Amino acid sequence: MSLAFDLALCILILGAAALAVFGRDLFGSIVFFIVYGVLIALAWITLGAVDVSLAEAAIGAGVTGVLLIGAWQGIRDGGGGEPEAPTPWPLHLAAGGAAAALCGVISFAVLSLPGHDGLAGEVPENQGALELGNPVTGVLLGFRAYDTLLETLVLTAALAAVWSLTPSQFWGGIPGPNHVKPPDGVLASFGRMLPPRGLIVAVYLVWAGADAPGGAFQAGTVLAAVWILIVLAGLRDEPRLSRLPLRALIILGPLVFLGVGLIGMLLGAPLSYPEGQAKPVILVIEYALTLSIAATLALLIAGPARRR
Amino acid sequence: MEALTDRSVLYALTGAGLIALGFYGFIVRRALIHRLIAFNVIGSGIFLLFGGAAYFGGGVDPVPQALIITGIVVALALTAFAAALGVRLAQDGDEDDDSDDDAEGGP
Repeated sequence: MSLAFDLALCILILGAAALAVFGRDLFGSIVFFIVYGVLIALAWITLGAVDVSLAEAAIGAGVTGVLLIGAWQGIRDGGGGEPEAPTPWPLHLAAGGAAAALCGVISFAVLSLPGHDGLAGEVPENQGALELGNPVTGVLLGFRAYDTLLETLVLTAALAAVWSLTPSQFWGGIPGPNHVKPPDGVLASFGRMLPPRGLIVAVYLVWAGADAPGGAFQAGTVLAAVWILIVLAGLRDEPRLSRLPLRALIILGPLVFLGVGLIGMLLGAPLSYPEGQAKPVILVIEYALTLSIAATLALLIAGPARRR
Repeated sequence: MEALTDRSVLYALTGAGLIALGFYGFIVRRALIHRLIAFNVIGSGIFLLFGGAAYFGGGVDPVPQALIITGIVVALALTAFAAALGVRLAQDGDEDDDSDDDAEGGP
């Protein structure tokens, strides 16, 4: 693709970011932020990073957008949505100066970077041992699997932190408002029509993630979207957070992942895969992770319990 | 060694611009939602800077790609917690500090 397209896209990205950050209206800002996320996803596609693009579109634009809309509504309902006090101009000046300096320093660093091939040659060379065709999955679940393990734990810890904000009388109750919708409304029809397709897309994304763009995080987000749609359509309520099967589902992925690492310790090296069996083990981890990520993301969006 | 390609520089510089824009917004905007948006703009600016600099004609180096995916998820975890804190703060604000605060504590 031509450089003109890249230039136009970059200008659009910067414009959407400015509208999102400096918009007067909060809701409008959130909408522009979602547009911004989709444009960034487009930038990743033009750079050939389809895995990142999927993650950005699904998590960066989709889940973050839904989360911000939920927070906007929650803050407004709580009476916190009053107009902001104007910022004094010296602060504008100081912040503007600091931001310009930051931009200048980073740009200087970028322009003085030497050309390189990075690790782009090493990954395909070594990836044969994992029997995976997708180098990004190879890095995520092979070479840097330790990062991914900790990342799933960060997600679980974030959920625990969100739950810790539950008012004590609702502890272990049901999160989110009660969505009662007419059973034959448009949303309810969508709620019946889309979930089976979402499930197929999610299973495909994990399975294809071994050799093509996709993977546990992208698939987990699709499953979480299915969950949210079913709740929004009023077909099923959110589960009670004290339920044991739900908690087991949340911790399943990290436990399987950690368990494989510990079994590796018995077989020789900790946090390693058994030789020759890397691919089946990675697939088991990916499917377990997908379920846990889906549940964790959906519950992060639902927030702390608000009803008994 | 030759310099980075044009596209690589273009996207890395856009990333730098986004970081600066988000940084400025994070300081001058007061509403929590705006600050969260600014935080996320800084985040994706850093990813674009990282990914742009790792672009080498045929695509982006897979190691940064994997790290960026990890980063996107971690940014989401932080956003979710900050949003929940903000909502709780707004809810407690008009109850003027009654006693139900944390008798039992979290998990």
